[in-house]
Amino acid sequence: MKPKPRINIIMWGFMGSRLTSSTRCMSTSTKALSRFGWWDRVSPAAKDPITGVTEAFLADTNPHKINLGVGAYRDDEGKPVVLQCVRNAEAKIAGCDFINVGRESNATAVGSKLVEESAKLAYGKDANVVKEGAFAGLQALSGTGACRLFAEFQRRFHPESPIYFPDPTWSNHPNIWRDAQVPVRTFQYYHPVSKGLNFAALMDDIKNAPDASFFLLHPCAHNPTGVDPTVEQWREISYQFKEKSHFPFFDVAYQGFASGDLDMDAQAIRIFLEDGHLIGCAQSFAKNMGLYGHRVGCLSVLCADAKQAVAVKSQLQQIARAMYSNPPIHGLLLVSTILSDPETKALWVKEVKVMANRIQQMRSTLRESLEKLASPLNWEHITNQVGMFCFSGLTADQVDRLVREFHIYLTRDGRMSMAGVTTSNVSYLANAIHEVTRYNREASNVC
Amino acid sequence: MTSTSTMLSLASAPPTASLSVHENLKGRLKLGGGSLSFNKERANPFINTKSFSRISMVAAVKVSRFEGVTMAPPDPILGVSEAFKADNDKKKLNLGVGAYRTEELQPYVLNVVKKAENLMVERGENKEYLPIEGLAAFNKATAELLFGASNPVIKEQRVATVQGLSGTGSLRLAAALIERYFPGAKVLISSPTWGNHKNIFNDARVPWSEYRYYDPKTVGLDFDGMIADIKAAPEGSFVLLHGCAHNPTGIDPTPEQWEKIADVIQEKNHIPFFDVAYQGFASGSLDADAGSVRLFAARGMELLVAQSYSKNLGLYAERIGAINVVCTSADAAARVKSQLKRLARPMYSNPPIHGAKIVANVVGDPTLFNEWKAEMEMMAGRIKNVRQKLYDSLTAKDKSGKDWSFILKQIGMFSFTGLNKAQSDNMTNKWHVYMTKDGRISLAGLSLAKCEYLADAIIDSFHNVS
Repeated sequence: MKPKPRINIIMWGFMGSRLTSSTRCMSTSTKALSRFGWWDRVSPAAKDPITGVTEAFLADTNPHKINLGVGAYRDDEGKPVVLQCVRNAEAKIAGCDFINVGRESNATAVGSKLVEESAKLAYGKDANVVKEGAFAGLQALSGTGACRLFAEFQRRFHPESPIYFPDPTWSNHPNIWRDAQVPVRTFQYYHPVSKGLNFAALMDDIKNAPDASFFLLHPCAHNPTGVDPTVEQWREISYQFKEKSHFPFFDVAYQGFASGDLDMDAQAIRIFLEDGHLIGCAQSFAKNMGLYGHRVGCLSVLCADAKQAVAVKSQLQQIARAMYSNPPIHGLLLVSTILSDPETKALWVKEVKVMANRIQQMRSTLRESLEKLASPLNWEHITNQVGMFCFSGLTADQVDRLVREFHIYLTRDGRMSMAGVTTSNVSYLANAIHEVTRYNREASNVC
Repeated sequence: MTSTSTMLSLASAPPTASLSVHENLKGRLKLGGGSLSFNKERANPFINTKSFSRISMVAAVKVSRFEGVTMAPPDPILGVSEAFKADNDKKKLNLGVGAYRTEELQPYVLNVVKKAENLMVERGENKEYLPIEGLAAFNKATAELLFGASNPVIKEQRVATVQGLSGTGSLRLAAALIERYFPGAKVLISSPTWGNHKNIFNDARVPWSEYRYYDPKTVGLDFDGMIADIKAAPEGSFVLLHGCAHNPTGIDPTPEQWEKIADVIQEKNHIPFFDVAYQGFASGSLDADAGSVRLFAARGMELLVAQSYSKNLGLYAERIGAINVVCTSADAAARVKSQLKRLARPMYSNPPIHGAKIVANVVGDPTLFNEWKAEMEMMAGRIKNVRQKLYDSLTAKDKSGKDWSFILKQIGMFSFTGLNKAQSDNMTNKWHVYMTKDGRISLAGLSLAKCEYLADAIIDSFHNVS
């Protein structure tokens, strides 16, 4: 934590006197270690709530362990998957002598291709904004990197404006905007009793926020709740945004994972586009292309015209340049190869559907299993919720029991990654959940 | 088109929207007054505030929140390559790019990299997220490469190593750490230094000032100025040092000078912060080029070191590097590492996998490692040869008696020619030689075949242009 200035001066004074005596010794003895440590003031950081789960899971030797922590897809054997379309793309680009990004025209072309294809994916291949080029698009370090670029950009040009997140949201969102020095607010979203959307409260918060506020929206497969607005609700939200001149920023991490259909999953975005909003969009290819480790995504900001798009892009590039200069090329090449070849793209679309279907099936199976166990609780939300995650409604204590007693790992907010559920572990999981909830006092309150 | 579509969507909107969207927005978009505080924004160098008043006259449906965004200045280094591409002259030469080229002036993918990539494809590894701190095998390999595997700092686990996005990303993590734990502390950077250093510290909100480095009179190191400026800085400043092959000048301190620099840094309780982007590229020896860092570590000093594998493994586009923080204890190193992770997570969550695996495979396999060393010597050797040929050409052609030996004394990819902006412009406009305006040429982009032509250009620009 930052010390206040006054304390800082005192600290420096104190350290200065300690240092002078020890440094006189140091300059004569080359081997003596300084007893004073520069980093003494550094306390250990808390583990990241999501990656910390994976770390704990990896350290566990129990044969029944299940990882329902991180949102990374697994097949029915619980194994990570490299999509066939990705393998095909790898084969194509193997031996390509690209080594420079930003300096070589072909690498720049790859980046532009990625941006173009990403925009088509989000906005629709025939969308006007794509045709007119009235948007600033930049490759980014997956979803996180795209969000961070936007947060920094928002701060640079609207330094007083906070960002509004749905409550709850992905745990890293507040970190990203805070580190970009943007104040963080929330708007009501999840309804714990119904385990669905608190639409009335959501609309109130949108109305009550100051005009022209920045809002972050999950267009589909909300993380962590899996609760999405309906199409009609999206239309109302869009209309209210217009009334209030709010800025909609979409975090698109799961396109394809909600319904299995890429266009359907982008409906919220398309509604906002039709209504004339100039939105921002962070896209990730981590989940839907299984390119987690490659850090490939796209940030786009819609502009009034192509000229403004050039200016906005130049500013975004400048922000990126001071953070990491250029994005890693390997993932870029893979995505651009997949999306620009019709055959490979068609294969990808199929594979996304397969992944989404498996998750939907696991949702049904888990719910059925719990119902067969005569659980006193209502588990409809398992199949009502959408995408990778199920907001189970489990309390932190119940989660702790799952971890300790059953070696089932999930985040303490009760979020389960359904991607980690398989036909071989679903019964074990159902039994475990039943065990920790069967005497749940809340049983009578469930609607 | 726009207003039509909004009119159409209005048809399905709730009955409360009885006014046209146009009317609605005219009422709501009170730019320049009321709830929107554009007028009240402090002077912001990025915003063109003049455009706002123009907007309030027009109730456009599509008004961007970013109307006031001005065009960012072009990057001075990348702009050179763009100009080069646009030039149709056959004699053109690109000495702007800080990227290694073969004698045929082609990009070079190292053989060990190809072998490592083939191994990776054969193994068919997955693409799962790396942990926030990066690939463990890479982190181990990179720290050992820098300090030496038997170095006490390694054996005592006193180094916090986190994989970063090449040099830039690693520097940025370090800058963020400094900002958080040493608010107000300054970073001292050499004058001149790599152009992006200032951007990184500015964006990380770390104040910086310059120490004298380049002496135009000698086309060498202003050592006294450097020492004086480091001494004059407030105690507890961070001193950014180029481990070897200084960019842009190519001028490195001698071992004796490094000792004196370490002395004054210790005297002033400053903390050394090394940027090691060219390990192996200076002398051709990976160990020799790590000499300055190891000298400081051997004194028991705590230090920061950012590494890049862009040049020495030719992995420019893969963005692979690391930030290392040497601490007094293993416990401190563990805590620092945890905080570096906390800074990385909201920046990009976890680093990219591909480059890390290549490095880990090359460094971790003795055969590949030896092959790499040989390729490294070859690349550094080509640059040394080119320096020699350029020097020979200059001395043979230039009758003025000017001392061109700085070309041989300077080391690494770059050479500071001593040409001023007008002279550099002449190089480009008359001779189609592309370089940066500070007089820097990249010898990595020069072939033996072009040395004589370049010598002519330099002599002409130096003597006939002021």
